[in-house]
Amino acid sequence: MAMISSVRRARRAFAAFALLAGGTAFANPQPWQLNMAPGATSISQRVHEVHMIALWVCVGIGIIVFGAMIYAMVKFRKSKGVVPAKFTHNSTLEAVWTVIPIIVLIAMAWPATKLLVDMADVDNSDMTIKITGYQWKWRYEYVDYYKKPTAVNFISTLDADSNRIRQPGSGLDPKSIKDGDYASYLLNVDKPLVVPVGVKVRFVITADDVIHSWWVPALGWKQDAIPGIINDQWTRVDVPGIYRGQCAELCGKDHGFMPIVVKAVPKAEFEQWLATQESETAAAKAAATAQVAPQPATQG
Amino acid sequence: MAAANPAIHDVHDDHDHKPQGFLDRWLFTTNHKDIGTLYLVFSLTMFFIGGTMAMLIRAELFKPGMQLMQPEFFNEMTSMHALVMIFGAVMPAFVGLGNWMIPLQIGAPDMALPRMNNWSFWILPFAFLLLLSTIFMPGGGPQGGWTMYPPLALQGGVNVAFSIFAIHLMGISSIMGAINIIATILNMRAPGMDLLKMPVFVWSWLITAFLLIAVMPVLAGAVTMLLTDKFFGTSFFHAAGGGDPVMYQHIFWFFGHPEVYIMILPAFGIISEIIPTFSRKPIFGYQAMVYAIASIAFLSFIVWAHHMFSVGMPLGGELFFMYATMLIAIPTGVKVFNWISTMWGGAMTFETPMLFAIAFVVLFTIGGFSGVMCAIVPADFQYQDSYFVVAHFHYVLVTGAVFAIMASAYYWLPKWSGHMYSETWGKIHFWSSVISVNVLFFPQHFLGLAGMPRRIPDYNVAFADFNMISSIGGFWFGASQLIFVGVIIHCVYFSKQKATTQVWEGARGLEWTVPSPAPHHTFSTPPVLKPGMLAHDDVSH
Repeated sequence: MAMISSVRRARRAFAAFALLAGGTAFANPQPWQLNMAPGATSISQRVHEVHMIALWVCVGIGIIVFGAMIYAMVKFRKSKGVVPAKFTHNSTLEAVWTVIPIIVLIAMAWPATKLLVDMADVDNSDMTIKITGYQWKWRYEYVDYYKKPTAVNFISTLDADSNRIRQPGSGLDPKSIKDGDYASYLLNVDKPLVVPVGVKVRFVITADDVIHSWWVPALGWKQDAIPGIINDQWTRVDVPGIYRGQCAELCGKDHGFMPIVVKAVPKAEFEQWLATQESETAAAKAAATAQVAPQPATQG
Repeated sequence: MAAANPAIHDVHDDHDHKPQGFLDRWLFTTNHKDIGTLYLVFSLTMFFIGGTMAMLIRAELFKPGMQLMQPEFFNEMTSMHALVMIFGAVMPAFVGLGNWMIPLQIGAPDMALPRMNNWSFWILPFAFLLLLSTIFMPGGGPQGGWTMYPPLALQGGVNVAFSIFAIHLMGISSIMGAINIIATILNMRAPGMDLLKMPVFVWSWLITAFLLIAVMPVLAGAVTMLLTDKFFGTSFFHAAGGGDPVMYQHIFWFFGHPEVYIMILPAFGIISEIIPTFSRKPIFGYQAMVYAIASIAFLSFIVWAHHMFSVGMPLGGELFFMYATMLIAIPTGVKVFNWISTMWGGAMTFETPMLFAIAFVVLFTIGGFSGVMCAIVPADFQYQDSYFVVAHFHYVLVTGAVFAIMASAYYWLPKWSGHMYSETWGKIHFWSSVISVNVLFFPQHFLGLAGMPRRIPDYNVAFADFNMISSIGGFWFGASQLIFVGVIIHCVYFSKQKATTQVWEGARGLEWTVPSPAPHHTFSTPPVLKPGMLAHDDVSH
């Protein structure tokens, strides 16, 4: 047991190292990508592990099953003059291949259950962000940060470049736009969700019109955003970077055009950003009030 | 009536007594074989209509950027493709096969309720006329996916009423078909055809029919609530009116998961007929096969929420549905192991039906593997609604259900038509299909794991390469099916090679004791079962 866990720890450390060394290059969809990426959080790495366990179990069983089948097809052919056997059952064998899969399934369910319990634990978060899905954009409200309420609240939509190119018959080249060095067509927004690194963020997720689903693969989960229901999820991003995702539940004509971008920044930088946003929000509010206020005076 | 005289009837059994006029023969038919043919022709037609929609989808997804259509039309195509393929192609194909083969396999003269049989078929063309006509209506056809989740589905226009009514009709047709099959199997077996001597195909249909009766009314209820929400001011699924959009998903998938097995259990039955025939060896573990089908059917009622793991269920719910779903792997594993054990020690030949059956076992198992992966909730938080799921269900439905239907078509076509099909062209069809279908669907696993959601008309350039490969596979697979039609037309109308009564050397069972083509009326007097006639003579196995 101890050895297994140390192996796992080593593997996790290696994964984290690979992630750091490669920056966030492999957190977002890449051309010719074959497998799930380990992602940017300890949860997403454990999701990746559970996925890999399941994958290798399937590959192993596949080799045995398909191997037996190929052997049978080569060996037991009429053209080789085989006389067909007459056996029709074998109780021992049938018991064996009923029991062994049960054991294999328990072995797969065990780590999955532990992980699921941890993923469901949204307690002790340091900040709360409310996500609301609309046709076809996301609203992010920074509800509180270390128990301090904030007023920061904005809409995040598909970036203008992607929007121009994606119009039917635009004739523009989707490969032509880049965000940094990432070919960001349909995976970029005007205003990303900014989160601090190393902080447990609780998301409360809902929708205003139809069902959406908030999915950033690098965080390791997706969560449906449903009108009238508030779901919660959490994340703690380990590595600063830009993580991209999309709405994952069919939500109408522009379902394919409501991306998600999460920008994870060091804590200090985040606090600075939050303060700027706060003052901008306050200024905007003041301006709005100033515009509204004179009206009663002129009427009076 | 004079026709009621059994003696006269028997003497003339070899003369066909087919009604002469076209309408008399097909519109007013009560003959299980003709109705079976109608179902199969209808199914093939729908397969091509649904396939055309799939071609349009793959054409738009050929490269990034919107080239061919508006996103609304794309959504219409994905929604309609699924509805047409599920309710128009796969289900009617199995009902057609059941109609043709169940009476022949149990030694019954016809279905128990022949006139209802006529009605349950003839509802279908009208149901699909209603459904397909919505494409040409203002606002277009349904765009909210085949699952019709509210509130999105309620944003549709007139198509909501049309498609819901069409679904009601399909449900009525399915329920009548299921009642007929149950009544036939339970009441009309030849003397000596005990339940545990029936072919596995008959067993699979008996169990499937019970599933149909159990869940089609649930679907009807769900869509009726949609209808009243849309047109009569109720709030079953309106959050603003105190309703719950998630409740729809629970009700829908309580229908939807058994529905998945309605589309695969008869396929299990078909494969369990074909593999023993071409292995020249009785099926391994007959009783285990029957019990496995029954267990899968039972489990299908307690796993529905695995379609909605990301909906936000309580931890206990997620765990229950994960464990229950994983359990399905056990009876399914038994089936796969038994098929391989049937081949083991046999004397195999590889005619087209056997090739499709072997491809079914391999590729359905791959679909089963991705199914087990999807059962694991934390991993499914990533897979859900991604192309990984698209790959998964196309492996079980196309290389599963559809391949089994094709295998059965090649297997029984000589019995139906009286001619042998072209083995060369059958094999060309097989190899072309089996390669292209993997080019089509295997890369979709990669796309999903890399983060591509399903039901999107356009995508990031990182997904471009595999989408292009998948589209090429799609066009190739679509074109390959024209060979299938060619082989069928050739076999029915032009083939010179007469089929024998036995057709296949290793075939056992009552359907292989009647001449090829099967006369219009068979088993007007019940057959006398002789040793060696049935595939599963010995009940102790």
